Amino acid sequence: MAEYLWLIPTLPFIGFLINGLGGLLYKRITKKTFNRYFVSLVACGLVFISLILSTMAFVQLANMPENHKYIEQKCFNWVAAGDITTTGYYDRIPSETKQFNVEWTYFFDPLSAVMALVVCGVGFLIHVFAIGYMWDDTGFYRFFSYLNLFMFAMLTLVLSNNFIMMFLGWEGVGFCSYALIGYYFHKKSASDAGKKAFIVNRVGDYGFSVGMFLLFVTFGTFNFKELGEIIGKLPVEAHFGILSAIGILLFIGATGKSAQIPLYVWLPDAMEGPTPVSALIHAATMVTAGVYMITRSSFLYTRTHLSLEIVGFFGVMTALYAAIMGFFQRDIKKVLAYSTISQLGYMFTALGVAAFSAGIMHLMTHAFFKALLFLGAGSIITQMHHEQDMQKMGNLRKYMPITFWTMAAAYLAICGIPPFSGFFSKDEILWQAFARGHKFFYVIGLIAAIFTAFYMTRLMILTFFGKERIDPNVKEHLKESPAVMTIPLIILGILATVGGFVGLPAWLGENRFEKWLEPVFEHNYNNPVFAMHHYSHGFEMMMAGVSILAALLGFSVALYLYGKKGIVPDDEKNWGKLWKVIYNKFYVDELYDALFVNRAKDLGNALSAFDLAVIDGGVNGTAATTRGTATASSWFDKYVVDGLVNLQAWIVQTSSGILRRIQTGVIHNYALAVILGIVILSCLYIFR
Amino acid sequence: MSLYNFLYLSSIIFTLGVIGVLVRRNVLIVLMSIELMLNAVNLNLIVFSKLWGNVVGQVFTVFVITVAAAETAVGLAIVVAIYRHKDTVNIDEVNILKW
Repeated sequence: MAEYLWLIPTLPFIGFLINGLGGLLYKRITKKTFNRYFVSLVACGLVFISLILSTMAFVQLANMPENHKYIEQKCFNWVAAGDITTTGYYDRIPSETKQFNVEWTYFFDPLSAVMALVVCGVGFLIHVFAIGYMWDDTGFYRFFSYLNLFMFAMLTLVLSNNFIMMFLGWEGVGFCSYALIGYYFHKKSASDAGKKAFIVNRVGDYGFSVGMFLLFVTFGTFNFKELGEIIGKLPVEAHFGILSAIGILLFIGATGKSAQIPLYVWLPDAMEGPTPVSALIHAATMVTAGVYMITRSSFLYTRTHLSLEIVGFFGVMTALYAAIMGFFQRDIKKVLAYSTISQLGYMFTALGVAAFSAGIMHLMTHAFFKALLFLGAGSIITQMHHEQDMQKMGNLRKYMPITFWTMAAAYLAICGIPPFSGFFSKDEILWQAFARGHKFFYVIGLIAAIFTAFYMTRLMILTFFGKERIDPNVKEHLKESPAVMTIPLIILGILATVGGFVGLPAWLGENRFEKWLEPVFEHNYNNPVFAMHHYSHGFEMMMAGVSILAALLGFSVALYLYGKKGIVPDDEKNWGKLWKVIYNKFYVDELYDALFVNRAKDLGNALSAFDLAVIDGGVNGTAATTRGTATASSWFDKYVVDGLVNLQAWIVQTSSGILRRIQTGVIHNYALAVILGIVILSCLYIFR
Repeated sequence: MSLYNFLYLSSIIFTLGVIGVLVRRNVLIVLMSIELMLNAVNLNLIVFSKLWGNVVGQVFTVFVITVAAAETAVGLAIVVAIYRHKDTVNIDEVNILKW
């Protein structure tokens, strides 16, 4: 299998080339677009093959021994520069000189296996769904080429064995996000959203880069395995040191990519993109890259309490904050966007208490139910002729039963109702937070769970139940989506229902998911940080019951507020000023505009004015100076040099004008001159 | 009666010749004045021949007379040529070589 690892990311890349370049050339030459069946077959088929290969690698990995549970395939030496002298880590690791070497190597260990299967599996289902969703769009080939490029970048990210290669995938998914959010680039709001996503991401990437470089300068390598071995031997950093700095910087990158406070602002705007994009990139895969990155760097984070606390704090606050903002949104996709931010906050909370496998498990179940929610929303939006306002929906379960039942499964999963998958992962996170001593995280997480149940119930009621507020033109043609869209929904529904059984909590059975991921965290067991306190199984069961009660509390409040038969409450009127603040997302976008965006534009304007005035002025001034010196030089040449020449002539002319008067032509004068000469000479002769 | 008186006489005749060349307008009179100057010089030479007691002065005088004759012939030829062109013997009117 090691020889075929490279195919897993490369096949989608080939799909990108065929669909993208091929489609472009085909369009230029023949003025027609590619056959849609061909494009769909290439795009989905190649992703399916990647899925098969990932599954085969997974099976092979399962049969390998615990201490060597990884498959590695080195492709080539990517970057080989000269020697670097590292600074070393305080007095533990001395400074040494190493060769700067970055390899292009694919690395498949249990964590990569989980990520690759999630990416390929959910990605494949979304590709199939997108065939139906984008069927009537003229840029069909372009969409699928970008989707395939995204798959390539994401798989490179999860299958890399060093930071630089991961960063390439990181940036690649950022670019694909920009391309796909701004897919409807004719719409200004869409292209603006694409730009916003990319730029905010870039701010995070700056932190990531600096953290990565600091890591390299201290330890001399980018390779995960090597770094794990080196850092795994270090003691826990008591105060703020290099490791804490690296951890915080890498987390800044994660906030950009995974939409945490303060860099989450791009994700709600990213809903401008087509719904399969929202499902794939902004629910299941790209936004989980930050979680994956921190889990990969767990050997670093478990050495510093400070960075873990920061990760957990930002995570849990984001979970709460985003849940509040989801209360009053009217666009169905915006509610799901804030839900994504909130659930990502849960994942970071898990990482923040060093419960890495719980975070990854929530990543997996979240991919299932969030992708399902988004695809369901996409199914609704397509059938409603691209109407996204929930105020104009209602009682849709009569018209779209399959969509309703699958979304109901996802809804129960996200609220954390057993036996659906979300219950197991979310409960695990809350329990780990509590058991490792972070009572504050537990309480906030619980409140966020109440809020989650509240806004999700509101979404379900407004969309599927209640009075029909559908536009009559739309209602005429309203029916269930075609099979190409409903079959992925059904498959995801099944996954969202049963996907949690691999991670049963201690009082129900064995947590096979955690066991599977154990080899990845081998370096964390030297110095366990945030050790688990011991509680009885009965206590654990009771805590699980508490989280279910929290969900039921949120459900009942929403049911009370929105469930009255025939009445749809007007949120704006009922909640007044509070509604205004929450609906406008706490005015954070306006704050960022005033603080950063407009200041950046001002800087741009100032620099451009400087460029025009000073630099162009300098260039023009040089030209003017040249012209001036040329004028002076020509004046000098004309008046001084030519003047001298003319002066010569004038002297000759004037003197000749005077001297020729001697020639009077009068003979007497000549005779006189002779006589005078004789007289003077003879006088000189006589008196000398 | 000393010989020096002849020297005074030759210088007076020479001076008169010079004045004639400078003042008279008629070209024939100018030529005659030139002859006068030459003859004054001859007289001077004869006196000095007598004074030094050799014949060098007299020999030189014979040369001068010969040259004067030749030169007068040439000069008169030129005068005749000029008269044929300008129809005048007034040398003030022969000023073509004026600037």
